[in-house]
Amino acid sequence: MGIRLTNINKSFGDFTALKDVSLDIKTGELIALLGPSGSGKTTLLRIIAGLEQADSGEVLMHGEQANAKGVRDRNVGFVFQHYALFRHMTIFENVAFGLRVREDANRPSENQIRRKVLSLLKLVHLEGLHSRYPNQLSGGQRQRVALARALAVEPQVLLLDEPFGALDSKVRKELRRWMRRLHDDMPITSVFVTHDQEEAMEVADRVVVMSNGRIEQVGAPDEVWNKPSNSFVYDFLGNYNEFMGWKDAKGVVHLDESDARPGPVAYVNEEPEEGFLRRYPLVGGLLRGVLNRKPAPIINVQQVVPAERKSSNGKPVKLYARPHEMLISRVHGAEEAIEVKLVHINPAGALVKLELERSSGEILQAELPADEWTGLMLKKGETAFVRPKVFRLFD
Amino acid sequence: MSASLQKQTVTEPLWMKSLLILIAVGFMTLLVILPVWMIFAEALKDGLTPYLHALSEPDAISALKLTLLVSAIAVPLNLVFGIAASWAIAKFEFRGKHLLITLIDLPFSVSPVISGLIYVLLFGTHSVLGNWLIANGISILFAVPGIVLATIFVTFPFVARELIPLMQEQGSDEEEAAVMLGASGWQTFWRVTLPNIKWGLLYGVLLCNARAMGEFGAVSVVSGHIRGLTNTIPLHVEVLYNEYNFLAAFAVASLLTVLALVTLVLKTIIERRFSRD
Repeated sequence: MGIRLTNINKSFGDFTALKDVSLDIKTGELIALLGPSGSGKTTLLRIIAGLEQADSGEVLMHGEQANAKGVRDRNVGFVFQHYALFRHMTIFENVAFGLRVREDANRPSENQIRRKVLSLLKLVHLEGLHSRYPNQLSGGQRQRVALARALAVEPQVLLLDEPFGALDSKVRKELRRWMRRLHDDMPITSVFVTHDQEEAMEVADRVVVMSNGRIEQVGAPDEVWNKPSNSFVYDFLGNYNEFMGWKDAKGVVHLDESDARPGPVAYVNEEPEEGFLRRYPLVGGLLRGVLNRKPAPIINVQQVVPAERKSSNGKPVKLYARPHEMLISRVHGAEEAIEVKLVHINPAGALVKLELERSSGEILQAELPADEWTGLMLKKGETAFVRPKVFRLFD
Repeated sequence: MSASLQKQTVTEPLWMKSLLILIAVGFMTLLVILPVWMIFAEALKDGLTPYLHALSEPDAISALKLTLLVSAIAVPLNLVFGIAASWAIAKFEFRGKHLLITLIDLPFSVSPVISGLIYVLLFGTHSVLGNWLIANGISILFAVPGIVLATIFVTFPFVARELIPLMQEQGSDEEEAAVMLGASGWQTFWRVTLPNIKWGLLYGVLLCNARAMGEFGAVSVVSGHIRGLTNTIPLHVEVLYNEYNFLAAFAVASLLTVLALVTLVLKTIIERRFSRD
């Protein structure tokens, strides 16, 4: 077993950094602690490292109580966000530091240290730079030195605090893929902190989403992405549009937006039963979906049940749809849609990103494949009609 | 066209520049260069032999020895204190931190004469402690211990003031990294912290030493001006001057001036190394 955290609590003065956090990390896993700043992810990492002490709770490492052990005896490597290289030492001495400070009995010979350091520098692709000083290296190179330095003491656990946070996006992408491969090649358990969901999704075996000192969800990247356990996780993982709605007594969800233009008729093509489209009359501004059970259902708007007036016993709910789940059309067709003005187009990338302004001034985001966009023949400033293909709601 | 316009807006006219430089140079000449030149001119006006004679006179030698002794005690103590205080302030959060910073600055804001007077009140015959010390044959006032204490008090901000901002700026990341790599507290200090602050530390020690050797006010109050016994160089200069022994006074004063010039040169060298690192 790797690392087991049980009911960790930590506060700094009045600020509660961690509330009752429990987490199991398996040996050999690569875990991402993902969350906005102030969510407690760095504090959690520092508690695992022993750089902070939890107010209460238990840290078990490889089945042993880590609380009692000092930082030095935990056999943990730590990589700091701003590298924390020893500025007055050469790269060689930086990497050798962990070996040199060992007690006489455990200290390798000068020859062994030399061999070890040079092989580590080779591993991080920095051969030939051993006599340079940290301020002569680029950010990406410094971070790799920091990694080599942490690996020199052969830790069982590697902790990384926003390791790529201070690097530009291209170097960041390169370095994180390289880190993933490095992790796979080594018998090591890694935990890294990030606020970049893309980074977490791309690299980690499991993602731990945190906010306000709590763990919101733990799961594999696809699990967290496809089945977010609550609106926070959904929100944090990507852009989205939010709509007001309400749920009636039967559990049917209706879109309830004043600027939603009702279509004359709702065409329902869920099951073209008996070879024709069933038609339902649509009642003022309502769009309907069926609420499934948790976790986080995806609802197809086209699965429509007969319209129903908004009743007083209806429960207001919020509906969420990702930009790529928006359906956009040039004309107001048969289906109900919200009238918007196209205010911004970003054509860079596989998906064309659109910003659509509603009459209230609120902006809706939509993304669609480039060929669909071309087919639409929409121009900036023109009026269009959008509706969510599918949406989610959280109880 | 636009480039020349721009140039005009950011540079002063030539006459203005010349005037400003003239004023600055004039001030420097009048207030710094002239007095320094005067000291050496007066000290050496009868030639080198009387000058050397004035310096090798027993009272002058004893004043020099005392000054060296006092700074040899005060500077290392303030070095240790300065490192300890700035380490605590820069790397840890604790109650009363701001109070400690204020207290460190106290000797800068209190007149040196008052600092000396505090020791007279504390260790003199007016206080219980003073009477007890006298009864037990421990002399602090009008003796070397009093001079050392007063000097330590007056000079203790120098090292700490120099190091606190430096250590705060550097943060504790490197120390944490060292500990994570298995270094003990002692190893961390010697291998990581000290090398990072060495230039700032040297600079602080230099200023501290210059002040310790040159301190007049506080030392004057506690020393008792006993010739050959409790006179430091600055006090000895005053005594000689009051006796109208100008040649000797300027000769001894030239020692302090040389110290100041050496300090200045070292300070410049250290600053250059400092900014390069």
